[in-house]
Amino acid sequence: MSLDKEKIKHVAKLARISVDEAKVESLTKDLNSIFKFIEQLNELNTDKVEPLTSILNQSLRSRKDEISDGKIREKILKKFS
Amino acid sequence: MADITNQSLNEIIENVKTKKVSSTELTKAYVKNIESAKKLNAFVTTTFDQALDKAKQFDNKPNFDQLLPGIPLAVKDLFCTENTKTTAGSNILNNFIPSYESTVTKNLWDHGSFLLGKLNCDEFAMGSSNETSHYGNVINPVGDQLVPGGSSGGSSSALAADLTPATIGTDTGGSIRQPASFTGTVGLKPTYGLCSRWGIVAFASSLDQAGPMTKTIQDCAIMLEAMSGFDKKDSTSINKKEEQYSKNLKDNIKGLKIGIPKEYRVDNMPKEVDELWEKGKKILKDLGAQLIDISLPHTKYALPTYYIVAPAEASSNLARYDGVRYGYRSKQGKDLIEMYEKTRSEGFGDEVKRRILIGTYVLSSGYYDAYYLKAQKVRQLIKKDFDDSFKKIDAILTPSTPSSAFKIGEKTNDPVSMYLNDIFTVPVNLAGLPALSMPAGVDNKGHPLGLQLIGKALDEQKILNIGYAFEKNCCFRNKIKKWWS
Repeated sequence: MSLDKEKIKHVAKLARISVDEAKVESLTKDLNSIFKFIEQLNELNTDKVEPLTSILNQSLRSRKDEISDGKIREKILKKFS
Repeated sequence: MADITNQSLNEIIENVKTKKVSSTELTKAYVKNIESAKKLNAFVTTTFDQALDKAKQFDNKPNFDQLLPGIPLAVKDLFCTENTKTTAGSNILNNFIPSYESTVTKNLWDHGSFLLGKLNCDEFAMGSSNETSHYGNVINPVGDQLVPGGSSGGSSSALAADLTPATIGTDTGGSIRQPASFTGTVGLKPTYGLCSRWGIVAFASSLDQAGPMTKTIQDCAIMLEAMSGFDKKDSTSINKKEEQYSKNLKDNIKGLKIGIPKEYRVDNMPKEVDELWEKGKKILKDLGAQLIDISLPHTKYALPTYYIVAPAEASSNLARYDGVRYGYRSKQGKDLIEMYEKTRSEGFGDEVKRRILIGTYVLSSGYYDAYYLKAQKVRQLIKKDFDDSFKKIDAILTPSTPSSAFKIGEKTNDPVSMYLNDIFTVPVNLAGLPALSMPAGVDNKGHPLGLQLIGKALDEQKILNIGYAFEKNCCFRNKIKKWWS
């Protein structure tokens, strides 16, 4: 598939990045060459493969439900005084 | 004494311990080197006064039992340092002064070292040449037109130019190993979870990992020992017994099985890279290791997978830069949304914007399955390739990069050709494994090239040992003429 200028402007809107009209052309070219590269993955059949969501064998640790904000409230507020 | 700054970290530590040099003398020597090396543009911020104070404190009350006694260290500007500006190479953080210290740097300071300055890097660590930094190109000390690699390019340049005795970088797709290879230095990306990510400006959280960059393997072991360790503030930190990598360093590799993956011989690879790989194999074989041909069939899909996973995570991580709470804010914009859009447009550079757009797109409704989910599945296949191979081998030997350092501007107009630099380093990040790049020789232009050793998860000691044995027998020592001072 290829990305057209309108699509790119839409994605930029979603990403909250304003894009100069003058730059849309080169951005379209760059992104299309990157997506062409990425789409090599379509050569592979992955129907029976589980997605890898974490490379660690451990599950996330749980912790006590206590406030742990680093106790640096004063330090942070000082920056704005 | 002779110039102390061209010694290894280990030699410098010995000289401090035996009182041949004081921490103050050492720090002053680096300050002098840094001041005469402005052409390299390796530093974004220097903290000389603070460093000299710390050195004086150390000399007044020295503790020689520490791993890094009185050692000044410059670090990549991606690590948050309390009360010292942290830019991540970006305009959007040009005024950001953290109120806290990253765990990894805190670990270094707790072992007796202190901050000398913050090193330039590609913006948000996105780049392979240090050309995406808002603070300008960094020059490779190897040659005045050459890139130092990236994203930890300030780190590799400063280390190779004797502006810091050792340093740390971060590696999301090769950002420690590729610059190490380009500058003839040692760089290690540890197992995912070995070094805390807390307080490091986030790029792609499932791939980011901090690691040492040093002149020798022994130095690398010392730095890894100092910086690693469990941190409850990082939910993916591995809770395990801490290891004494430097004390346990051994150069006996007899009987170890070294895998040679056939997929790492790519088209258009300069013949010197291939020759160097052969040389590496011979050295390890002569030392009693057994070479075994292996196959990692999904290697060619690692980069395309990476360029979905990393931008997706980055687009989410970088959503926090909105001009509201901290960092740069645009003066334009007639409402909140427009202020966000202008801030992010003016605050981010082209490469970062490109990756945020890629990430936003692959995660957007209707495209998630085709791109992001697909990439996660291929990532599983890439990891399985390594898992299968590591059942019969101890480590893998490959080239670190497909070429030596290239010229500034040579690849900036073609993002994909820039991405291809990381072809040998990216698979390791996707699989979460440790990998070491070590200097091994030079190409026909005299530019350094590295070889990469990949280990099983948490097998850092073994790849350090192999690297240590290799280093002793390879007899390659990077020689750089100081043309810049």
